Amino acid sequence: MLSELSWKVGGQQGEGVESTGETFAIALNRQGYFVYSFRHFSSRIKGGHSNDKVRVSLKPYRAIASRTNILLAFDQETIDLNAKELCDGGILIADEKFKPTAPNHVQLFSIPLTQLAEESGSAIMKNMVSLGASCYLLGLPLQVFEEVIEERFRRKGDKVVSQNMEALARGAAAMEQAGGAAVKLSLAKADGTRRLFMMGNDALGLGALAAGARVMAAYPITPASDVMEYLIKKMPTVGGVVVQTEDEIAAMTMTIGASYGGARAFTCTSGPGLSLMMEAIGLSGMTETPTVIIDTQRGGPSTGLPTKQEQSDFLAALFGTHGEIPKIVLTPATPEECFTAMADAFNLAETYQCPVIVMTDLQLSLSKQSTEPLSLDSIRIDRGAVTASSDLKEVPITTQFDRYKVTDSGVSPRVFPGTPGGLHHVTGVEHSENGRPNEGTANRQAMMEKRMRKLDGVELDESISRHGSADAKVVILGIGSNYGAIEEALDILQEEGIAASHVHLHKLLPFPVRALNEAFQNAEEILVVENNATGQIRHLLGFFGVKTAGTIRSYLKYDGSPILPLEIANDIKGRMHAWQH
Amino acid sequence: MATLKDFRNEIRPNWCPGCGDFSVQAAIQRALAALNKEPHEVAIVSGIGCSGRISGYVNTYGFHAVHGRSLPTAQGLKLANRHLTVIAAGGDGDGFGIGLNHFIHAVRRNMDITYIVMDNQIYGLTKGQHSPTSATGMQVKTTPHGNIEQALKPTQLALAAGISFLAQGFSSDVNQLVSLIQAAIQHRGFSLINVFSPCVTYNKINTYEWYKDNVVNLDKLEGYQPNDYAAAMNQIREHDGLVTGLIYQDTNRAPYEDSIHNYASDSLSHVDLQLPSDVFAAALKEFA
Ligand SMILES: Cc1ncc(C[n+]2csc(CCOP(=O)(O)OP(=O)(O)O)c2C)c(N)n1
Ligand code: SF4
Ligand SMILES: [Mg+2]
Repeated sequence: MLSELSWKVGGQQGEGVESTGETFAIALNRQGYFVYSFRHFSSRIKGGHSNDKVRVSLKPYRAIASRTNILLAFDQETIDLNAKELCDGGILIADEKFKPTAPNHVQLFSIPLTQLAEESGSAIMKNMVSLGASCYLLGLPLQVFEEVIEERFRRKGDKVVSQNMEALARGAAAMEQAGGAAVKLSLAKADGTRRLFMMGNDALGLGALAAGARVMAAYPITPASDVMEYLIKKMPTVGGVVVQTEDEIAAMTMTIGASYGGARAFTCTSGPGLSLMMEAIGLSGMTETPTVIIDTQRGGPSTGLPTKQEQSDFLAALFGTHGEIPKIVLTPATPEECFTAMADAFNLAETYQCPVIVMTDLQLSLSKQSTEPLSLDSIRIDRGAVTASSDLKEVPITTQFDRYKVTDSGVSPRVFPGTPGGLHHVTGVEHSENGRPNEGTANRQAMMEKRMRKLDGVELDESISRHGSADAKVVILGIGSNYGAIEEALDILQEEGIAASHVHLHKLLPFPVRALNEAFQNAEEILVVENNATGQIRHLLGFFGVKTAGTIRSYLKYDGSPILPLEIANDIKGRMHAWQH
Repeated sequence: MATLKDFRNEIRPNWCPGCGDFSVQAAIQRALAALNKEPHEVAIVSGIGCSGRISGYVNTYGFHAVHGRSLPTAQGLKLANRHLTVIAAGGDGDGFGIGLNHFIHAVRRNMDITYIVMDNQIYGLTKGQHSPTSATGMQVKTTPHGNIEQALKPTQLALAAGISFLAQGFSSDVNQLVSLIQAAIQHRGFSLINVFSPCVTYNKINTYEWYKDNVVNLDKLEGYQPNDYAAAMNQIREHDGLVTGLIYQDTNRAPYEDSIHNYASDSLSHVDLQLPSDVFAAALKEFA
């Protein structure tokens, strides 16, 4: 009985690879397995190899594995590109139609997927045939897929549903006939716990809705667009609006305008868009207009690797925009955290009246995975200091509201346009307390200090999380979607008798210096794991003066693919080995 | 009820004496008073340039954004509070140079906001470089051998992009400007008033006298009907864009806000932001 396995389906983009993977994943998620899927795709619509890799386990693994147990191939290219990751004796199910050839270390089952699909009603059901074959191999009853197939095809009528069920059964029978019994990889039974199945982008969208977002302005870009597409469907349920703008500069400035107007407003983009937003992010900081910007990182620079994993926008997010403004950067690691991060982001933006950048990466944004139930109880809405119109009743028309009143905290109450008695001016030019341009040196200094004071010395709650043995000498520092790979690396290392701990960064700015100093107290070896070429997080440790007696090293990956648990574990093992000699 | 003086504030504009923008400031103030607006019901969103300073010179809510971005900022504001009277304003460089993209899309979107451009055919604030509306041959700092580019005609462009309200004014005719601004604010949809607003310091060609000698006032043109698209285009072309008055108005197009599916009828600034639990439950079902 297996407690964990990896399954992959591959073919030409547009031939149902994604829906095959998704049907498989949803069905298993509903059985109570932890499921984690990762889609490999390219920047084109039809054609080109794509694949969907699904991790199924009894433990919550949030990473793909290095190897694959079962590979479904719709074409030879899938075999050529992916068979090498099949473990020894791994199973390859391929469509007989293209006369598949396979390397020696795998067990090839050439099944007439297309033919069986045609016999069931249509060639497009070859994905169902292949799912049936998989189902047989895993020792699962076909009923596991029934519900999902019902839901997917109900709209198309009973006949289509029953044809798909038939294709599924034919696939299972064909696998049995081909001698599948001898190679069965029976999965241990899951406990039936119901979890959600969603990707980071789903959780960001739902999180924005729960956080009270009412205006979203965005420009399409991979891997961010899902968030906009989701909210376009959902905003009408709360009376809000989504505008697909002409560019990201408009998206950002529209967000600023809407927030100034009193709405909770945000935008969502990826690296190229973040670059275009930089000037306006400065406007948000200078005018103390709260904004929330999601950056779903992908491979850069320039157009880079638009459909591939990378984490290389950290420094741009932290230091981007000319001049100096207070800014907050959140880096959720899981869909659960993406959901709550949106409320956090709006609350922080409105409390500190500054831009808040929520950073994900392609792997977190797009990997559909088992997600623990989400609750509105975890959401609190705090709009920060806003002066009520009742407090402004007696104010004469000619009096200007001191929108930028110098206070101890640096935060000055807002008032929304439309409020009688609250008239004031807002400008990106340096200004006085009442918002009028003022270039005087004393004013400049007072205003600069007022703005920067808002976050001075602040460390946000739960900026980092710590896992594994707290006194371990080896500490692995991660960020974003690397969370899952590092957690699993700890398990692998533990099995080999190596104790390591995992420190994860969930809030990157204000940089959690105090928390990291504490977390690194016993560390002799710190491995900073990040998906970029220059070690941006590692540089930040030095920049912000994190203290440790340990040696800091980087594990970097910038080839466009996610970091794998085994890679991290092997890196640590290699280092331990070096120590011993 | 607010009167004209309520729209004035104590700030002395930093414009050069004689700058055309003073007339635009006065016209906005008069138009707002004439429309019986209260200062708090109005917000002026401006870009960067000499002209962009205007949001600080009228006693309303005001937002002085970054160069070229008054329109998206103003549209965001309008979406947050659809009951506000939103005026966007700026220069020819701000609106038709760096911000041109936003202009065309604001026209397409047709939100109920009024855009006032102070077109002096020059970059004033940065001290006299040529602008997208500078005439061919014009000799300024950045065109020592004369401008080799062709001037953009904002009115022609706006009409081609499908604008629902188009007018052009001139700083010397404040009365006309007041009535154009009033009509533009009352128009339900996006309106542009391009104002010939001379820069007395850096543009020695397009002076008050030059405009006086060259513009044709369509408001006084016998039989001119501003609902006739072809006639509007013909007038613009015939006079090389040098027309004033209400050029074109389409009263049949619904503003963007009216067409947003299920959009709240109240301002979004004070609505209850708590997500109803049934909406949340239904949303979660999609991920089961
Ligand atoms: C991004 C950016 N680029 C350049 C500038 C410099 N700049 C400020 S105003 C301006 C042009 C002003 O011309 P116009 O918009 O016609 O306004 P005017 O001063 O003539 O009223 C420029 C280039 C800037 N502020 N921001
Ligand atoms: S430089 Fe020109 S546009 Fe600027 S204030 Fe002076 S006259 Fe007006
Ligand atoms: Mg100008």
